[in-house]
Amino acid sequence: MTQAPEITFAGEATIDGATLFAPLTLSLRPGQWTCLLGGSGVGKSTILRLIADLETGAAFTGTISASDTKPVENRVAYMAQEDLLLPWATVAQNITLGARLRGETPDQSRLTDLLRRVRLTDHATKKPAELSGGQRQRVALARTLMEDKEIILLDEPFSALDAQTRADMQDLAAELLHGKTVLLVTHDPAEAARLGHAIEVMSPRGLTQCATPSAPAPRNVDDRETLETQGALLKLLREESA
Amino acid sequence: MTRYLPALIATVFAVTIWQVIVSITGLPKFILPGPALVAETWWTNRAVIAEHTLITFIEVMIGLVLGALLGAITAIQLATSRVARVLVQPMLVFTQALPVFALAPILTLWLGYGLWSKVAMAVLIIYFPVTSSFFDGLMRTPPGYLDLAKTMQATPRAILWQIRIPAALPSLASGLRLAAVYAPIGAVIGEWVGASKGLGYLMLLANGRAKTDLMFAAMLTLGVLSILLHWAVRTATVRLEEARSGRSRAQ
Repeated sequence: MTQAPEITFAGEATIDGATLFAPLTLSLRPGQWTCLLGGSGVGKSTILRLIADLETGAAFTGTISASDTKPVENRVAYMAQEDLLLPWATVAQNITLGARLRGETPDQSRLTDLLRRVRLTDHATKKPAELSGGQRQRVALARTLMEDKEIILLDEPFSALDAQTRADMQDLAAELLHGKTVLLVTHDPAEAARLGHAIEVMSPRGLTQCATPSAPAPRNVDDRETLETQGALLKLLREESA
Repeated sequence: MTRYLPALIATVFAVTIWQVIVSITGLPKFILPGPALVAETWWTNRAVIAEHTLITFIEVMIGLVLGALLGAITAIQLATSRVARVLVQPMLVFTQALPVFALAPILTLWLGYGLWSKVAMAVLIIYFPVTSSFFDGLMRTPPGYLDLAKTMQATPRAILWQIRIPAALPSLASGLRLAAVYAPIGAVIGEWVGASKGLGYLMLLANGRAKTDLMFAAMLTLGVLSILLHWAVRTATVRLEEARSGRSRAQ
């Protein structure tokens, strides 16, 4: 796999003439996790969707570019809050969805390897309805990885999970997405504090870059500095929205 | 068994009311025959009724299969082509505004007194519900699936066959359940306008000869046929849906 690029997002967005976010610049450092933290409706998902070239309903003026000058939109893999698993397809079929949608033959050895890494080898022929929420999200993670893209866009992928499953998923994602350029959109300060190599807090006033804990990500849930960062982020979020 | 208990109670209740009305009013049997007489007539004429039921059943089944196929193909065309939507959709609504009864004589003129004019009636009457419910399903693909497919650089054709159509199958199923109820109506209207066989023909014949008991027997047979058909389609679609989503095993 080629070296993951740095992504630079610069611009502003309006919805029906009203400003959604004023001109801002967001850089996703190559091979690292950037956590975009913010409350509902500040446009953090819009930024992610613009990078993925998805419909947003907003008018965007600006540029989205990669450090290697190649186009961005066909090098992204996307994972949302809903697992978006096709209920009629098996786990294996869901993981290989991208290849099937492009009319390619899925890479079976890669599938086997990914099933093992997300610990779902025994569930390959099951349908999503037979899985737990955490298992379903692991299938979605495997599907994202199966795409073998350099840029990974995560739109609150763990927010519907219970606390311990969420922590497990964060560890697994950090391990499996190592070396990718990752944008994680989240409203959870704890998640940003655990996973971010860079943390940006988004508010109607723009982006505020925050200090990250010194421990390497994923940080322990009881790491003192991580908990302090979490507290500081929450405080900042409350101030910004006040 | 308890699932069918309410239906059984309702049937017994309705038959009792029917008998009570007949007993109290003392209406002559060519106006309103009682349930006992209808049952007796049904039994003595069972061979004749069975023969006509078979004809109506064949018309309905061919009509269902053809109508479902035509409806499904139309819905897919409409969902994939803007041109088709602009050109065909208004026509579809117009054909639905025309009462099917009005078309029956001309269909009989064109297709004759045999099977095919009735099949055509059944097809016409189910075509719209099948098309419109499947089309609605095709246009309501969960947007998240489409987002995902877009980031995977899927072709429109692959999105249609691997996401939109499978996601719309429950809508198609509800259209088919409606069709199972409508198709016998279409066939019987066709038989009323001109036929020499079928339950609709038998009802007209019995009515014309003041054999009201036989007419009731034919009518009830038609009702039972429709209910069985609806039940069969519903069971089949529910089973399919369960197998498709793996939900029956998860229970």
